[in-house]
Amino acid sequence: MATALVLFMTPGLAFFYGGMVRSKNMLGMLMQNIFAMGLISTIWAIIGFSIAFGGTGAFFGNFDFAWLSDVATLDGNIPGMAFVAFQMMFAVITPALITGATADRLKFGSYAVLIGIWSIIVYAPVARWVFNENGWIFEMGALDFAGGTAIHINAGVAALAVVLVIGSRRGHGTEAMPPHNLPFTMLGTGILWFGWIGFNAGSALAANGVAAQAVVNTHLAAATGMLGWLVVERIKTGHATTLGAASGAVAGLVAITPAAGFVGGVAPMIIGAIAGIGCFAALGIKAKMNWDDSLDVIAVHLVGGLIGTMLLGLFADAAVNGDTDGLFFGGGVELLKDQAIAALAVMAFSFTVTFALAQGISRTMGLRVSEEDEYVGLDQSQHAESAYTS
Amino acid sequence: MKLITAIIKPFKLDDVKNALKAVGVTGITVEEVRGFGRQGGHTETYRGAEYQIDFVPKVCVRVVIDEAQADEVVDTIASAAATGKIGDGKIWVTAVERIVRIRTGEEGSDAV
Repeated sequence: MATALVLFMTPGLAFFYGGMVRSKNMLGMLMQNIFAMGLISTIWAIIGFSIAFGGTGAFFGNFDFAWLSDVATLDGNIPGMAFVAFQMMFAVITPALITGATADRLKFGSYAVLIGIWSIIVYAPVARWVFNENGWIFEMGALDFAGGTAIHINAGVAALAVVLVIGSRRGHGTEAMPPHNLPFTMLGTGILWFGWIGFNAGSALAANGVAAQAVVNTHLAAATGMLGWLVVERIKTGHATTLGAASGAVAGLVAITPAAGFVGGVAPMIIGAIAGIGCFAALGIKAKMNWDDSLDVIAVHLVGGLIGTMLLGLFADAAVNGDTDGLFFGGGVELLKDQAIAALAVMAFSFTVTFALAQGISRTMGLRVSEEDEYVGLDQSQHAESAYTS
Repeated sequence: MKLITAIIKPFKLDDVKNALKAVGVTGITVEEVRGFGRQGGHTETYRGAEYQIDFVPKVCVRVVIDEAQADEVVDTIASAAATGKIGDGKIWVTAVERIVRIRTGEEGSDAV
């Protein structure tokens, strides 16, 4: 059930991003996201799951579960195959998140190679560290309910690495590149919000009180994330925009992801609001650094993931779930420290490996489309199709 | 024969059409256009980033009319489209050398 909800997030993300690109790149964006469902699912079944969840290594799994053999032997609250399927959807959406940063200029074939290898050498190991009981981050005691570090920080910092290699869109900073269809972005936001309920609640791996708490937390964080973003936006620019409402809600959802099953009471509302405000403020970073993170993957996913991961160190409540209290619940700074180590380790690993991988592809098959292909748009140049004909 | 071309604010189109009908104009051609004049463009904000939009949407109305009625039509459009604010638009009149009604082959004033 939750698996199906999470699967639906990827096309949701496709439309969320698709609405924000220019019309000549609409299909290119949709394709990159939908394609991840095909490619990453296959790779996950063949090898990714086994690296993440096989064996007892702290850093890397083994190949016992390659080709999904013997997964029925996994112990847990749910059947092994259900766990495989649920985790597969996580593996699919994580590299898809990166596409927002590289919009309008990534060559399709290179994209396929990039995310295929990335899912094996970056995502699967990090998922092991965080989600598997033998993983070193899990062992250390850092908490990540549904992927604040493994998914959002990981994808966000990978997005930065790829942006640094691929460079800016031509015309970035001099030409206006407004979103071509914000109604699609609003639609995508709705789908993401809907799917995220399954993403976070499903991470309880049971239909219990923790799952119910995660549903409420997820929803409230999205709500206050939207409000936080809109209030600041209204004050700073004079208007509360639809894109702002969409972005704020997603920022809230990102931030609550690591915390969804570990906090209660007013905490999710505070986490959401801080994410909405914090992610809006983080938009300035890319301008200052002159990074063309086209659709703000860094501001929303990296910063939102960091906010959620760190705030969990303050708000974690053992009365809700688990046995670790955060700073505000008498647990001291121990958890906060573990959260920081987890976040820094994931950032350092993901950035380094992704940067090297992107450089490697850039120097061999090329990461970026030609100037002419970029001008005519990815729809025509990469797929020989048009999103809109008249 | 004269061709009268008017660039007006889009929301004034209905007023202009009704006023032209009232003075006996039997047909107009309408097009949505974009451009800039003294009004300039406007700004849009996406995730805090401001974009200058240089071209403002306008409606272009074309009327072909007998010379004798041209001034009346210009005045009618001018009063119907006026708001008194910047960006109301412009009207100009050009000479038409020949005009044919395709169905009947009529020419000149008969074809209007």
